[in-house]
Amino acid sequence: MVGDIREIIFETLRSSLPKPVEITEKTHIVEDLGLDSVAVMDFVMEIEDRLDISVPLDKIAEIETVGDLIAAMQNLKAGS
Amino acid sequence: MSLFTKFASLAAQYRQLEEAGANPFNVSFDSVLSPTEAVLKGQKVLLLGTNNYLGLTYDPAVIAKAVKATELYGTGTTGSRIANGSYAGHKELEQALAAYFNRKHGMVFSTGYQANLGMLSALAGKDDHLILDADSHASIYDGARLGYAQVTRFRHNSPEDLDNRLRRLKDVPGDKVIVVEGIYSMLGDTAPLKEFAAVKRSYPDTYLVVDEAHSMGVLGENGRGLAEAAGVEADVDFVVGTFSKSLGGVGGFCVSDAEGFDILRVVTRPYMFTASLPPGVIAATLEALHQLQTRPVLRRQLTENANRLYNGLAALGFTVGPEPSPVVSTVMPSPEAAFAFWARLLHGGLYTNVSLPPATPKGLALLRSSVSAAHTPAQIDHAIEMFAEAGREMGLIPAAGAKSQDEPVLAIAK
Repeated sequence: MVGDIREIIFETLRSSLPKPVEITEKTHIVEDLGLDSVAVMDFVMEIEDRLDISVPLDKIAEIETVGDLIAAMQNLKAGS
Repeated sequence: MSLFTKFASLAAQYRQLEEAGANPFNVSFDSVLSPTEAVLKGQKVLLLGTNNYLGLTYDPAVIAKAVKATELYGTGTTGSRIANGSYAGHKELEQALAAYFNRKHGMVFSTGYQANLGMLSALAGKDDHLILDADSHASIYDGARLGYAQVTRFRHNSPEDLDNRLRRLKDVPGDKVIVVEGIYSMLGDTAPLKEFAAVKRSYPDTYLVVDEAHSMGVLGENGRGLAEAAGVEADVDFVVGTFSKSLGGVGGFCVSDAEGFDILRVVTRPYMFTASLPPGVIAATLEALHQLQTRPVLRRQLTENANRLYNGLAALGFTVGPEPSPVVSTVMPSPEAAFAFWARLLHGGLYTNVSLPPATPKGLALLRSSVSAAHTPAQIDHAIEMFAEAGREMGLIPAAGAKSQDEPVLAIAK
């Protein structure tokens, strides 16, 4: 499941970007991908659907990199 | 100025607008003539972006009450109601609002923004959950941030997604507070409130807050908003609203039947730690509320004007919101197009608004209009004509006489 979550996040991120960008765990979601605060929340919503979890907004605010996002999702999924 | 370096890219965009001499975020009217006309840089403009839904800002009776109260009680209260006392008008207005909405309790705030800050931060505590519609107004997001509850958002206007969120929280302790709006201020769409109410009823310890800021005085047989129009007032636990739209003043409120409601007065910080509304505003609002209740013709005129503008712009080939409402937005292909279109309209004497992401949903750049009951049909037709000219000139809509497309270029899902 841990690997699945990582794959799901990469896949969702790629499909929600207007043009293809290389994404790694170090990619900074706001600075490197140019998403605004609402776009980040919308994109997290896609992942919430895929994983059937709810991510509180304060958790989203703490997330800076794709790696942070993967870790947060794995924690939430483990706790659900 | 290292403090402001974080705003560098925004500042550059802002400067560009200033240099172009057309900055929609820095408009200053020389004078305002009526609910529908003002003077801007020496030019008379038609106002089509003021949220002045019932056009009551120049109503003689409303003005007379404001003047009389100001003469009797002074210009300001110079303090908060908790620390420095309420005036008779504050209580009277709270009772009038509660009576109008058929609720036991009412509470008045100094702005609509503060009403949301105050209510959301107080209602949901540390172990509770706030569940917001994703397209909620900034005041709802800020109210959620001011409190200590866990906050999640559900897909805009999706009862299914709300249900998913509540299901995931089913075994989690704490109360759940759902927040939705009557009319959304960016695209003018309404919430599927009947369906939301049904979802809410199916979960225990779940409450519903409806912000009727843009729907009070607009929807419902008696103008009480979307909850009245949808026939689900009994399912709505708290109604939040504003005095600065249909009521033509400034301020906010909450009405409810919740037992023990008055304790909020000593726990709601945006109520406690700010000056209360001045007597003139309170008196004007009371009179405007009276007019709202006794002049249903205003609501009919507003609806007619809203439909006229919405249908007119849609017929020209503009992409408009999902349904007619006093907020009529047209989708622009880019922020730059929105700025250019806005400036073009203003140059011709028509004042509208520009709304951009992240304030707008789905990254849309919007040219936003709002109509008033005070607009004449001729004013609305003139506005439509100006949209037509500007739209054709900029290639946003088909040329005059051309067959309009079956499908708009940019579609908005409801």
